[in-house]
Amino acid sequence: MAPWLIKRILGLCGGAGCLAALSILLSRNLETYYYLVLIQCGIAATLAVSLNLINGITGQFSIGHAGFYAVGAYVGAAWTVLWRPVLAHHLSFLEIGVPQGDILNLLIALVFGACAAGITGLIVGAPSLRLRGDYLAILTLGFGEVIRVILLNVDAVGGARGLSGIPTLVSSGDLAAFWVFGSLCLVTLLTRNLMQSSRGLSWLAVREDEIAAEAMGVDTTRVKVTAFVIGSMFAGAAGVLYAHFFTGISPDIFGMDVSIMITTMVVLAGTGSATGAILAGFVLTALPEVFRFLKDYRMLIFSVTLIVIMLTRPQGFLGNRELGFGTFARLWKRLRRSPAVSGNAE
Amino acid sequence: MLSIEGLEVRYGAIRALNNVSLEVRTGEIVTLIGANGAGKSTAIRAISGLVQPSRGRVLYQGHDIVGTEAHKLVGQGICQSPEGRRIFANLTVKENLELGAYLRYTRRAEVTADMERVLELFPRLKERIAQLGGTLSGGEQQMLAIGRALMSRPKLLLLDEPSLGLAPFLVQQIFAIIEDINRQGVTILLVEQNAFQALRVAHRGYVLETGDLTMQGKASDLLEDGRVRQAYLGR
Repeated sequence: MAPWLIKRILGLCGGAGCLAALSILLSRNLETYYYLVLIQCGIAATLAVSLNLINGITGQFSIGHAGFYAVGAYVGAAWTVLWRPVLAHHLSFLEIGVPQGDILNLLIALVFGACAAGITGLIVGAPSLRLRGDYLAILTLGFGEVIRVILLNVDAVGGARGLSGIPTLVSSGDLAAFWVFGSLCLVTLLTRNLMQSSRGLSWLAVREDEIAAEAMGVDTTRVKVTAFVIGSMFAGAAGVLYAHFFTGISPDIFGMDVSIMITTMVVLAGTGSATGAILAGFVLTALPEVFRFLKDYRMLIFSVTLIVIMLTRPQGFLGNRELGFGTFARLWKRLRRSPAVSGNAE
Repeated sequence: MLSIEGLEVRYGAIRALNNVSLEVRTGEIVTLIGANGAGKSTAIRAISGLVQPSRGRVLYQGHDIVGTEAHKLVGQGICQSPEGRRIFANLTVKENLELGAYLRYTRRAEVTADMERVLELFPRLKERIAQLGGTLSGGEQQMLAIGRALMSRPKLLLLDEPSLGLAPFLVQQIFAIIEDINRQGVTILLVEQNAFQALRVAHRGYVLETGDLTMQGKASDLLEDGRVRQAYLGR
């Protein structure tokens, strides 16, 4: 094996180990309320990173992301609740309740959910990504609603009552934060790696100028569909995690307001910044909780805060920059320098 | 290398090109001159597949390329520097150039060598290599647009108004570079409003007037032609 590969694998294992330890520490010591908010922040951030791939990086304005989130959640839950029990009669390793069975089933659910969302993304994206701007926005918005209405009317998944009694595959054994933030890290790393390849560059080119990209030999339709499908798959995975943490899903959880919220996160993140999307995911999920003491006015204040942020920082939290160790190093330098400067002025 | 036969392009009810036939032979610079709205850019777009002609044929190396998608033609050796430059404003100069070589992106050694060559041709871009494309001046952006097209190693380079909006001194510089590129073996179809400069570097020229070809011939002859002088050279 190549040395860089060994290094990568060791790094991944180390990272996963740290995350697992942190996860256990958090779930045993953190108050349940804060723990729940933290998990929700993680899921929201994953959704924001996934939509950022479509809206921020490739520049296609999609606002029906909750649809893919829903498809992932329902298909993942369908595996654990509906299909798995049938198969488990014959295949004992699919039994849940034991750690290895839990992990295996969660992984299968993640693969199913992500693939189903990806296929849905392909079906929706292939014809509609030929449209641009407002038309694409309207179409994706409609798609999100179509998914919700379909789920309302399919009795096999509970209709309006939704699916409940989903096994707690994510939260069993104190590993919820591990799964949620592990997938967030994975999704972010994948995005980062994509952006350093020619594929990522072609996505940016499509965002910047579609005609010029086409003139340079970039198959723009294909680029847009690929970004759309990958973004949908990530959202599907987030849906699976949601379903197996909160154990109950119903169509109204995946309404238009969720789509709008994810879009807001991406807009707030700045175009194309994955770390910005994570930041926005956390802020927008935590803010309504912070304002909870205002009771009935909470959502009003939240909306006003959003408007103020957009007015004062229209390019988003980070613009198109990424947050990394370098950013903190620069910030630290600047903080250390500034007192010296003011000292001289006196 | 390229021959167009009876090309007609319509935008709705408006006919932008009417029965246009022209030929570009290997190694030539051919210029298509005409006033604003004569259909010059439409001709380039029809060749590169960005608009579909309603009638006529575009033969490239003997094959009809009408209906081939624009991005596929790049692989066959036709690349254009589009009208209005259309550089990627929020990407660096280097990324812009790399996108020109998009189809050969994984052959890094080749791409690096090509980039060296392009930067030799445009030393200004070398100074600005890490800058965002949008922060360049108009002339530099034009150089970037041409350099980006060259990165695809075109056999046939389509240049759409490279002199647009540039200071006279820069225009001369750009045209000198176009001649340089041609000497390196690239066939060029040059669409221009600046008829005088275009005819000076070109081997042959065509004059387009509201969708119709009205004159054609050796560039030096056109430069001497009374009607061309009257209409496009102002003397």
